Amino acid sequence: MVKEFFMNLLKRLSFNPFSKKSHIKLGLYGPPNGGKSTLANRICEDWLGESMSSVSHIPHETREIVIKEQVTIKNGKGKELTFSLVDTPGIATKIDYEDFLKRGLNKEEAKKRAKEATKGVIDSIKWLDKMESVIVVLDATQDPYSQVNVTILGNLQARDIPVLIVANKVDLKKSSIDAIQSAFPQYKVIGISAKYGKNVDDFYEELFKFAK
Amino acid sequence: MVTFQFVPYQDIENLSSAKRINKLLNIVKENKIVLMEGRLKKEEEGDLIEITMGEITQKFKGIELSVIYPDRSKQDLFQKVRGTMTSVLLGNREGMTIIGPASIVKKIEKNPNKIELFTREARGE
Repeated sequence: MVKEFFMNLLKRLSFNPFSKKSHIKLGLYGPPNGGKSTLANRICEDWLGESMSSVSHIPHETREIVIKEQVTIKNGKGKELTFSLVDTPGIATKIDYEDFLKRGLNKEEAKKRAKEATKGVIDSIKWLDKMESVIVVLDATQDPYSQVNVTILGNLQARDIPVLIVANKVDLKKSSIDAIQSAFPQYKVIGISAKYGKNVDDFYEELFKFAK
Repeated sequence: MVTFQFVPYQDIENLSSAKRINKLLNIVKENKIVLMEGRLKKEEEGDLIEITMGEITQKFKGIELSVIYPDRSKQDLFQKVRGTMTSVLLGNREGMTIIGPASIVKKIEKNPNKIELFTREARGE
């Protein structure tokens, strides 16, 4: 009876001192078109030899949560880090189907994409509670002071979730890692080009430090 | 013409998070720009985006949102203590929140203490 009570209590508290957590949920968050899916593909191609998500120049290409289980990376010292990689739809405060028309979609496709994109944003926010570590992927060519960026980081901070900021697209001339670092001085910012693989080795080293 | 509606902190301080967000969103859906004294909690800002997404139609395309907040890192100890005491006693009245309908407000730029609000050109005029 007493044993059953304590086992139930531990179960309710999701705590089992005899089990070792096998891997963490690592989320990729950020505004649309920052390069979350490109980074997800880079990680999966580097370590699993396969891609994970489709990418497009049209915003809101990822409209559903995509999960890749059991991604294991190794560092120079032979240490391993295993995680479930969660690629999320970009978070936005507005979605206008007419923006998709301008990108060449027909009316029906544009409306469908807009509807799916709104649902995707809702899912991304709901999934924040399930994350154990998050990489916030920002486009280093864009103004970092957007309220979406501030809100994402604020919500992660409020949930006490460790954050690493990736300043993506550093291959582009307009990019500025310093602008992102000065906007969010309390976070570690690492500049990479997920598309061309620039500085990704440093990014993997950083993953070991923050996703413990 | 662009209409701004001021929302003093006292109008929302006793409301639940859901009611706060609904109150602000209802004003925005009337094509007005909200100027709110203070700021929402961090989680409420996330909820505001989530609820906004659920309300999007062909007519209502979402919101533009910006918050101006004093940079605590640039404050001296006295200012920090006074700010914290004020927040504890009177709620988070520091700063200002701007929320506008995306059909009217094209972009709000913040850099970091100056706000520039760009409106869309009215159609058919």
